[in-house]
Amino acid sequence: MCTVEKRGRVYLLTLTGDGEHRLNPTLLDAIHSALARIRSDSARTGGGSALVTTAEGKYFSNGFDLAWAKSSPADRPRIMTSALQHVVADLMTLPMPTIAAVTGHASAAGFALVLSHDYVVMRGDRGFLYMSELDIEIRIVGYVMAVFRSKIADPRVRRDVLLRAPKITAAEAARRGIIEQVVGGAAEAVETAVRMGEELAGKNWNGEVYASIRKAAFPELSRALELAEEGDEEAKKLASKL
Amino acid sequence: MCSLEKRGRVFVLTLTGDGEHRLGHDLIAAIRSALARVRAESAAVRGAALVTAAEGRFFSNGFDLAWANSAGSSSAARERLGSLVALFRPIVVDMMSLPMPTIAAVTGHAAAAGFMLAICHDYVAMRGDRGFLYMSELDIGLPFPPYFMALMRAKIADPRALRDVVLRAAKVPAAEAKEKGIVDWVYGSAAETVEAAVRMGEELAARNWNGSVYASIRMGSFQKLCRAVGLAEEGDEEKMNIPAPKL
Repeated sequence: MCTVEKRGRVYLLTLTGDGEHRLNPTLLDAIHSALARIRSDSARTGGGSALVTTAEGKYFSNGFDLAWAKSSPADRPRIMTSALQHVVADLMTLPMPTIAAVTGHASAAGFALVLSHDYVVMRGDRGFLYMSELDIEIRIVGYVMAVFRSKIADPRVRRDVLLRAPKITAAEAARRGIIEQVVGGAAEAVETAVRMGEELAGKNWNGEVYASIRKAAFPELSRALELAEEGDEEAKKLASKL
Repeated sequence: MCSLEKRGRVFVLTLTGDGEHRLGHDLIAAIRSALARVRAESAAVRGAALVTAAEGRFFSNGFDLAWANSAGSSSAARERLGSLVALFRPIVVDMMSLPMPTIAAVTGHAAAAGFMLAICHDYVAMRGDRGFLYMSELDIGLPFPPYFMALMRAKIADPRALRDVVLRAAKVPAAEAKEKGIVDWVYGSAAETVEAAVRMGEELAARNWNGSVYASIRMGSFQKLCRAVGLAEEGDEEKMNIPAPKL
C-alpha cells in the first residue's frame, strides 16, 4: 500500500499501485506505521531529515473510501475519519520538514492530506486539487475544516475552494497561494520535492524543535487534532540545549 | 421596506425606496422575515441562491442613529443603540446559516451596519461608478460591537486593509475595495451590478447543491465568526450521521 525509502537525508513515502489510493483504515494504518518508522529512524540523528510524500499512478489520493464507509457496521465513517486524524496529527508533529509531491489528482480527504504537509510541489501537466464534498453532499468534519482554515487563510480563496468546489489545476493553485511550486511532470515533481527536502535537511535543524515550532505556528489546528500542548517547561527544556 | 422576488432560481431581496435604508427595528424585522421566507420556500428544492440589493443612492447607511439619539438622555440613547446592535446580530446568524450561496449587490453607499450587511454575504459585487464602503464608528466616537469586529476579521484577510477600514475610517470606493480583498467584483452601474449578481446566483444555483450541506461547510469555514454570533456548529457525529444521498 505504501513504501518508504531513504534518498540521502530524505525519507520518500510512496502510496503504491495504480489505484485511487482511497483513504480507508488499511491504507491509513499503513501510512501511520510508515511515519512511526520514519520518526524512530530519524531519532538516531536527532535532526537533518525531511519527508517527501508521493503516489504512483493517476491519483495522489481520491479521498476517503466512501464505498467502504457506506457498508455496515455504522461506525465505519467514524473509524475512517479517526484514522486520517491520526495521520494528520503524525504529520503535524513529525520532527522534520514535510513536502507533498502531488503527482496526480487529490480530492477531498486527499486534498486535506496534501495540505497537512509543510510544502506542496505539484505536477503542472495534469491533475487537479478538488474539494468535492459540496458536489457529493458530504459534510466536512472538524479537524479537516481546521486544516483548511489554517492552511488557506485568505477567506476568499478558502471560500472558492470549499464553496465553489472547483477542480484546481496546479498553475491556478500556485497563483492563489495554495501550493508552493509547479513543475512539469510526475517524475519532475518528485525530483524537485526530494531536492527541496535535501536542502531543508541540510540545515541540520533539531527535529524536536522543528516540530515544536510547527505546532506553535498552527495552534488552532493543533487543538483540533487534540495534540498535547507544550507548556513553557517543555519549551525551556528544548531551549536549554543551546 | 424590502421586497422579495424570485428570478429563476435566484431570490432577490431588495431594500426598497430612495432613503438611506437605515437599519432600525422595522427594516431589521422586514429583512429577517424575508430571509425566513427564503429559507421556507427553498426547503424542498436544491439549487438556489440569494442576491441582496437596494434601490436609490444607498445600500444601507447603518443603524437608525436618529431614533437612538431621540431617546431623551444619552444613557437612553446608548440603550437604544444597544438594542439595535442586539437586533441585527440574528441577521448575521441568518446569513451565515442560509442554505444557499449569497451575493450582495452593493448598489450604493454601505456604512457601518450597512457595510456589515454587505460582507456577511458569501460574495460581494459592487457598483464602480459611485458609492463607497465606510466604517464610520471611529469618526462618530463609537466602539465596535465585538461581533462586527469578528465579521471584519473573518472577511478582510489583509491586516493593512483591516487597519484602513477600522483605524482610518477610510471611505473605500469599489475598485479600491476589490484591491483590498473586501469586494469580489466591480461593475459599472447599479443595474449592471444587480444583473451580474443575479447571473452569478443562477450559475451557482445550477450546481444543484444540497443547501444544508452548503451551509454546514460555510459555517465550518467561518468557525470563529459563527462562535462570535452564537451560531452553534454541528458536531462531527451529527455531520457523519446525516445520510448522504449521492456518492
